[in-house]
Amino acid sequence: MKEDTIAAIATAAGEGGIGIVRISGEKSFNILKRIFIPVAQNIRPRVLSYGHIINPENNKIIDEVMAVYMKAPFSYTAEDVAEIQCHGSIVSLRKILEIVLRQGARIAERGEFTKRAFLNGRLDLTQAEAVIDLIKAKSDKTFDVALNQLEGGFSKHIKKIREKLVDVLVSLTVNIDYPDEDIEEMTYEKLLCGLKDIKADIEGILSTSDTGRIINEGLKISIVGKPNVGKSSLMNALIGENRAIVTDIPGTTRDTIEEAVSIKNIPVILTDTAGIHETEDVIEKIGINKSKESFNKSDLIILVLDGSTELEKEDLEIIDHIGDRKVIVLLNKRDKGQKISSEEIKTKIKEAVIIQTSVSQGTGIGELTEEIEKLVYGGKVSQNDSLMVTNVRHKRLLEESSLALKDAIDMTSMRQPLEFIEIDVNNCYELLGEIIGETASDDIIEKVFERFCLGK
Amino acid sequence: MGEYDCIVVGAGHAGCEAALACARMGKKTLMFSMNLEAIAMMPCNPSIGGTGKGHLVREIDALGGEMGCNIDKTFLQSKMLNTAKGPAVHSLRAQADKNKYHIEMKKTIESTENLDMKQGEVVDLVVEDGKVKGVITKTNTCFKASAVILATGTFLAGKIFIGSSVFESGPNGLAPSNELASNLKKHGMKLRRFKTGTPARCLGSSLDYSKMIEQKGDEKTVPFSFLNDEVGPNKVSCWLTYTNEETHNVIRANFHRSALFGGQIEGIGPRYCPSIEDKVNRFADKERHQLFIEPEGLDTDEMYIQGMSSSLPEDVQEAFYKTIPGLENLRIVRPAYAIEYDCINPQDLKLNLESRFIENLFCAGQFNGSSGYEEAAAQGLMAGINAVLKISGKNSLVLGRNEAYIGVLIDDLVTKGTNEPYRIMTSRAEYRLVLRQDNADLRLTDKGYAVGLASEERYQRYLKKKEKVEAELIRLGEKSFSPAEVNDFLEAHKTSPVQGRISMAELLKRPQITYEDLKEIDDETRPALSYHEITQLEVQIKYEGYINKQLAQIERFKKLEDKRLDANIDYKNIEGLRIEAAQKLEQIKPESVGQASRISGVSPADINVLLIYLEKKRRGKQ
Repeated sequence: MKEDTIAAIATAAGEGGIGIVRISGEKSFNILKRIFIPVAQNIRPRVLSYGHIINPENNKIIDEVMAVYMKAPFSYTAEDVAEIQCHGSIVSLRKILEIVLRQGARIAERGEFTKRAFLNGRLDLTQAEAVIDLIKAKSDKTFDVALNQLEGGFSKHIKKIREKLVDVLVSLTVNIDYPDEDIEEMTYEKLLCGLKDIKADIEGILSTSDTGRIINEGLKISIVGKPNVGKSSLMNALIGENRAIVTDIPGTTRDTIEEAVSIKNIPVILTDTAGIHETEDVIEKIGINKSKESFNKSDLIILVLDGSTELEKEDLEIIDHIGDRKVIVLLNKRDKGQKISSEEIKTKIKEAVIIQTSVSQGTGIGELTEEIEKLVYGGKVSQNDSLMVTNVRHKRLLEESSLALKDAIDMTSMRQPLEFIEIDVNNCYELLGEIIGETASDDIIEKVFERFCLGK
Repeated sequence: MGEYDCIVVGAGHAGCEAALACARMGKKTLMFSMNLEAIAMMPCNPSIGGTGKGHLVREIDALGGEMGCNIDKTFLQSKMLNTAKGPAVHSLRAQADKNKYHIEMKKTIESTENLDMKQGEVVDLVVEDGKVKGVITKTNTCFKASAVILATGTFLAGKIFIGSSVFESGPNGLAPSNELASNLKKHGMKLRRFKTGTPARCLGSSLDYSKMIEQKGDEKTVPFSFLNDEVGPNKVSCWLTYTNEETHNVIRANFHRSALFGGQIEGIGPRYCPSIEDKVNRFADKERHQLFIEPEGLDTDEMYIQGMSSSLPEDVQEAFYKTIPGLENLRIVRPAYAIEYDCINPQDLKLNLESRFIENLFCAGQFNGSSGYEEAAAQGLMAGINAVLKISGKNSLVLGRNEAYIGVLIDDLVTKGTNEPYRIMTSRAEYRLVLRQDNADLRLTDKGYAVGLASEERYQRYLKKKEKVEAELIRLGEKSFSPAEVNDFLEAHKTSPVQGRISMAELLKRPQITYEDLKEIDDETRPALSYHEITQLEVQIKYEGYINKQLAQIERFKKLEDKRLDANIDYKNIEGLRIEAAQKLEQIKPESVGQASRISGVSPADINVLLIYLEKKRRGKQ
């Protein structure tokens, strides 16, 4: 009996330094083989092996992990299971999960591992009650949660796309089932035009998914600056006011400290790059490199300068590193007088947003958080903010629906029979329906009779 | 008076298939008809088949039913619809000679062993301890039977509407069956009202065909039955013409005189065969509606006006028909009418079409809330087969949604129910790439043979076809050509040349090349194949990829279908099941988890609860 292969993040979000992505089902081992490069040659069942997760589409390394697989029935679900233990940061877990899903697993429903475990005879009867509770919780709550999540523009947009798909499907259906009727013929040209239009809509949503990631996983902010300019105080101030996620996420080096906080309801991952300064020591050098790497990955850099002293060589070096990244410059220690002017900074960093602060006195922090908010919702982002794809599952479903449409478009271009094309279009319709919790059922046939005058 | 294994009430398309199936499976069978002239009567359109319906006819035939053979004997014009589209939705439709259709079916019934027919009105059932034991006729005669099949069509408490005139009647002026309706209620069956309608018939000699567009049949006709290789040429044409603004004005001016809008009709009519007044009302901005003029037979001048059913008064009918080009001087010989009748909620049936409340009582056709000759025949056939299997103590034959349109039809009716007369459509089938009309025999004939219905001749033809197709598939895969041998041929067929060797199968994959074309380059090993065999071969090769995709979907679908549910499960006491779901499950008593998942009001979470319940129960037994 073949079940789908399912995958999910098995550890609770934001808890613990290690996260686990679990895959269960007959494709588990194959998926693992494609994305996991072990350091040792062989991976053996039920033995942890060390290696890297790569994105098989471009062979880029995603994370260093420990991985293990268990053959059916010797696993939690009694199916083939693979588990990937990675760094506990949400970012890395999500990336790995996304790659796993792209390799052909489907995201697990709540409680689905446990359900499978029970149905496959792994849990005892008392545990069955717990499974039922899980399922009940799902049916009672998920819908509300989903609704809340989807309130506003996003679900409206999906609905609009689905309405366009309904038009196409109804037209296909009536052309197929009523060949004798006096109705508008669905030509390949018309069909192609309609499908391309819909695909553009879906891709429009998908193109906002990077912004969506920020909303969902966190805006990555690096705080940089030479020692003793007030970076730690700034970090503490931001954490103190906004601490939402309590755990700190251990970084890959002791030189950077990562902290997940929520600023104006935007999840933010703050990195204090303690390292960009002094030189010759080898360990220090590694530290500096790590810091550079970290701010290379940042969505935003906060450069902290001591405004009460002139710019020094170290400051200028850091400014060089920043290049053309998005940056907010804090002229700190306002209370101790101003030696650096905004104009001076602007000659060095054109696009810089400059704020005068005194972190120790608590002034300017409000302005800073407002700027961060503006940045996320501002510019091109704000026009579309309700359209952001905020969830791995949604993104995955959108990608799949886009692929289904691509198939349909290809087949239309090759003038393949309509009933084959209909399968892909319908598939796309159902995938989008999954996002907003609507199933197709008989509504197409309903619409056929609503819109067309048919009959003997 | 008399004792039978099976009694069939009704001799329409459902009744005939049911009676023939029972008798052919060796059971002593009696078929009742209110009037023997009404055997296999076609009280509405003079045609068999069409999209989805053509698939049903092929399936009925593949199982050993009669409809396909009977229309092959009596067709007037044959057309394969949807040939511009893919093979899954090619659908055969044939115009029938109505009277001949009736006569040929009657002859078959008369000459079938084990089968008696009788003119008479069944007015009651004999039911003892929840089990049907026989029927009682109007003349108060009792006939005993182990199983009874109800196929009452539109006769049951039939009522005809023409304008403000309303009268009790069966179809086509035949007497209605009123007593049976009230007695079925007495036995606890819940009845409801459905409605349908038919257009007027006129004399062909009164029409001006020069103002219409001729509709010819296919040049090469194709048989419905897998038993036939040829059916001969078309005998007639049909004609196309259109309504116009004047037609619509006449109708609009008389809306108030229609029975439909007057509120006299309580029955629910199907949306897919609306009356012309309904069309004009609902689609007010449509400038014209098409209608086809179709001959009713070779021995009559009567013509059927397809697309123009109505319940308007006769004078209005005549007035609006006469506004149509070609119909200016038409002479109506039978007016259009709407008819209302009693039927059951098919959710009161099991998937074998047996009543869930009266054992050994089977139901089929319009009585179950369907519409159409083909839908009726399909149910009649399955009811007949299952009645025999039941009284023989054997397992039912239930076709899956993945196996046949018949399976889709019956599962839809029984599991989802219907709020209007149900018509099959290809879009109702999830797996239509696999459920093609060309492979109905490959899907179903061994099942028909296994239950003892499909004849030895049919079974041997099926085996031979299967074998020949499989052998030829292998040969086509193995035989290949060099570019020099084949590139001229490819150019001649406007398709791109090849660089390396290419097999015949690969050539056939190309849309431009047919099996017939390959003859030009083939050698003496090419076998002589029939139409059905060639079609099969082409479809299997050309669409292999898509078909395999769908087969994989079916594998997944079957997982839940294979999980059986006992009829005695107490859903109210299953922990975690929502009350609404428990009530629905209690009402429908699904036979598998798959069927349960299609019941409206049963959520995926409820299905999970059911799966866990089943596992708990299984372990409890250990």
